[in-house]
Amino acid sequence: MSPDTSSHAYDAIVVGGGHNGLVNAGYLAKAGLRTLVLEQRDLVGGAAITEELLPGFSFTTFSYALSLLRPDIIQELDLVEHGFMPLMMPSSFHPTGDGDYLLLGDDHAQNLQEIRRHSRHDADAYDRYHHDLDRVVQAIRPLFDHAPPNVFGPKSERDPEDQAEVAWLLDHLGGVEQKVMHDVVRLLTGSASDWLEDYFEHEAVKGFHASSSIIGSKVGPMSPGSGLVLLFHKMGEHDGHLGSWAFHKGGNGGFTQVLARAAEAFGAEIRLGSRVDSVITSNGRAVGVALEDGTEFRADVVVSALDPRRTFLELVEPRELPADLVENIERMKFRGVSAKVNFALDGLPVFPALPDSDAQYGGFLNIGPTIEYVERAFDAAKYGWYSERPFIDAAIQSVVDPDMAPPGKHVMSCFVQYAPYELKGGDWETERENFGDKAQAVLESHFPGFGDLVLHREVVTPVDIERVTGLTEGNIFAGEFLAPQMYFFRPAPGWSQYRTPIDGYYQCGSGTHPGGCVIGSPGKLASDRVLRDLRSSS
Amino acid sequence: MIRTTPFHPRLGELNTQGLYTQWQGYLSALRYTDAPKHEYFAVRNAVGVFDTSPLYKYRIQGPDAEQFLAGVLVRDVRLCRPGNAQYTLWCDDRGFVMEDGVVFRHSDTDFLLTAARPNLGWFSDLRGRLRVEIEDVSESYGILAVQGPRSRTVLAMLMPEAGSLPFFGLADTKLGSSPVTLSRTGYTGDLGFEVTVEADQAVGVLDAILDAGRGHGVRPFGEEALMMLRIEAGLPLVDVEWHNSRTAFTDHERVTPTELGMGWMLRGVADGDRAFVGGAAIRRELATKSSRWASVGIVVDWRAWDMLHRDAGLLPPKDEHPLPYESVLHDRPTTAGGSQVGYVTSFMYSPVLQKHIGLARVRPDVASPGSEVHMELAINHSNTTVLARTARLPLFNPPRKAAKP
Ligand SMILES: Cc1cc2nc3c(=O)[nH]c(=O)nc-3n(C[C@H](O)[C@H](O)[C@H](O)COP(=O)(O)OP(=O)(O)OC[C@H]3O[C@@H](n4cnc5c(N)ncnc54)[C@H](O)[C@@H]3O)c2cc1C
Repeated sequence: MSPDTSSHAYDAIVVGGGHNGLVNAGYLAKAGLRTLVLEQRDLVGGAAITEELLPGFSFTTFSYALSLLRPDIIQELDLVEHGFMPLMMPSSFHPTGDGDYLLLGDDHAQNLQEIRRHSRHDADAYDRYHHDLDRVVQAIRPLFDHAPPNVFGPKSERDPEDQAEVAWLLDHLGGVEQKVMHDVVRLLTGSASDWLEDYFEHEAVKGFHASSSIIGSKVGPMSPGSGLVLLFHKMGEHDGHLGSWAFHKGGNGGFTQVLARAAEAFGAEIRLGSRVDSVITSNGRAVGVALEDGTEFRADVVVSALDPRRTFLELVEPRELPADLVENIERMKFRGVSAKVNFALDGLPVFPALPDSDAQYGGFLNIGPTIEYVERAFDAAKYGWYSERPFIDAAIQSVVDPDMAPPGKHVMSCFVQYAPYELKGGDWETERENFGDKAQAVLESHFPGFGDLVLHREVVTPVDIERVTGLTEGNIFAGEFLAPQMYFFRPAPGWSQYRTPIDGYYQCGSGTHPGGCVIGSPGKLASDRVLRDLRSSS
Repeated sequence: MIRTTPFHPRLGELNTQGLYTQWQGYLSALRYTDAPKHEYFAVRNAVGVFDTSPLYKYRIQGPDAEQFLAGVLVRDVRLCRPGNAQYTLWCDDRGFVMEDGVVFRHSDTDFLLTAARPNLGWFSDLRGRLRVEIEDVSESYGILAVQGPRSRTVLAMLMPEAGSLPFFGLADTKLGSSPVTLSRTGYTGDLGFEVTVEADQAVGVLDAILDAGRGHGVRPFGEEALMMLRIEAGLPLVDVEWHNSRTAFTDHERVTPTELGMGWMLRGVADGDRAFVGGAAIRRELATKSSRWASVGIVVDWRAWDMLHRDAGLLPPKDEHPLPYESVLHDRPTTAGGSQVGYVTSFMYSPVLQKHIGLARVRPDVASPGSEVHMELAINHSNTTVLARTARLPLFNPPRKAAKP
């Protein structure tokens, strides 16, 4: 086929219209580049989409809550003008497994009383815990919002700009208090369970705090490494409250629609139904992309917003890349363990201890009463099977956003673990509904009569995640949150600055620093890289 | 003795907190739940109800009622046709604002005026020989504000008129068997209505509305949420944005309608001949352009706010609860020898705008939108300033607020 060039002269092409691709395109277009986003599906958003599977019921097929998104992106891309609207979660609910519950709300003093109801000891521990965590977040956040500087290799070969960044980094870390730095290391290397033991005595209070330590990761709360996952999920904020989460209006798909409008308002063009087959290179430089249908688009900058496997092993020829990079990408760990079971409900579930209340349904419903419960759920995954009694992070989003379901009806999103991508001696097509039944049985045990409310059930397996979004092995973060896969080493040593070995070819997916979640910084930091490179080459 | 409103028997039951303030001698809920911000979101994303019954209500009737009101209110009431309502001010004879309220015009000769403070004496004394009766009917009615994007859908299930009422329109209708006045008015800057109902029917009407709203996320909201909403909506509040000129001690405390940002109410005044209390002074102010202040919004530079706090070792606060005090505005940072150009009367972090915003009064020469000002605030116990820019009011103004149905 003949290259379709003159009519499509772009400065930059972004492959993949997930939220990072859209953020990246927004910044590039804002800087004046003629920018094209190519998305394989008929809607943008990737793992952050909302779909109407049943008339009037909006399902957050994959991701469902917002916190990590960097506040500067909201401002710099004028997102409010395009409909950005995070809705507060007025409560968090944690059934304790014995019929009782922990119900936390927006009032600090009342929350302390609720914790005292279970453990007097843990009430002030709760304050110390959050303060210590806030201090850790405060210390490492600047690292989150900057590209990792290059500290390796002979000094003579390093970019002077990098040297300034290294000096900044050392200066910043030097200013961090010793206790805080110690806590950072405890979290980055240890288990969530050990960390929580230092504060809390009550099993359910620990269980409540442990839930974010395993999200999307093949770890249990007792595994080293779960501390890092816990910390990552505290790095965000909602309206200045560190570690708080919100529901975006219309679900996370509502959010990515906002991003698409913002990018378009800056002049970016979004082409749906355009699956990219490969990046076209010439003399070691990227010069454009070819779609699967043969259409070609030319641009001097090509940014892959896909995960590292696709960026390095599929869109380009691995044979043209340095062997150590290919090796590192090949051994990068993905190992998705998360699934979704989404429900359309005829009404609100009933929690027997709170029969007439709906106050418990304003935010996350954390179904994993104790650390032991969650760790046992993890055991199955170690040996290649899904949990008999899984951990569930549920949300009935229509309670705070009535536009998500018809009046009186509800949508319930359940993020379920553990569901390993590879089943030993089985396959997900066969197990899909069995797994859905396990999740539903857990819900039934906490909310008797739950099954009678179900109008529709959608089971999204790790294989579905991979098939629909392209996230390898269904890993929700485009590469596990393991210390050797973070910061300087994300996605691979030497390639953490959004460039690739191919000139003009960049990466901005969640597999780059700082990583996954609906966060936007990979997209933003990669655009900085592209724009700086363009400036220094012109 | 503190009093309770006609809706209190039910709203009191729904109040999980028991935290009240008082509003003109009535218990008024600060919040119904532990999350006033969630109540705020009822209005920005679903539907909320607010008990606004403590307002004073005056029935003004008679063949000369229109002429009377045209002579005491700042805005020309003759332009308010029956079946409409009008937000208005009244001034003293020096053209300084006393209070604000809403006039509901039921017919050529029948008006209801709401006011935040008692005003019967003031109005009665101005009647002269006009054939007009003024009756204080404050206790006879409850008023329930039903506000938010879903308010129309919910009320239309109970009163078809809700589906067709224009912005500031009103209809005398029935909700079930209770006669009510339904008006498309409110104090939130969103799509919204108010239902005025006879006191003894109030609970029944409230129940019907809560029932109809159940699948639509209806919840009561308290004064804390109301404050956030009205600041975003650019709606001034007496004793916060200004003081009643009759009880002010100095002219610093007083404002004219123009200074209060209500110059738009004066359409036709400069060249007209309508005589009203304060009119002559207001004409002079318009002719000589002697207004001392302009009311504007301010929007804090988000980067400056974050940096200021981060550099001080603090987490940048984003608190939706308004500051309980005024802040001074300078033309330059105080460290660079800035001098005062205005003051901020209300200040908060706006969840829907994702910025710190305020209602302010600035010298007219720095009022044009986008002018840079520096707001004083204390960080780690010492005074500093943060960059902000002036902006047109209201800062939050969704099309649905005034859209034709
Ligand atoms: C089930 C699930 C639940 C989650 N829950 C949350 C949550 O609640 N909160 C949170 O913050 N994070 C959550 N996450 C993580 C978060 O959603 C992801 O980390 C993030 O959305 C990834 O964004 P991305 O832009 O980097 O990649 P993606 O969203 O994966 O975007 C990649 C895009 O590229 C497109 N694409 C792929 N291949 C091609 C091709 N060859 N040509 C053209 N287009 C292509 C895809 O269709 C997709 O649109 C969840 C993830 C999953 C899977």
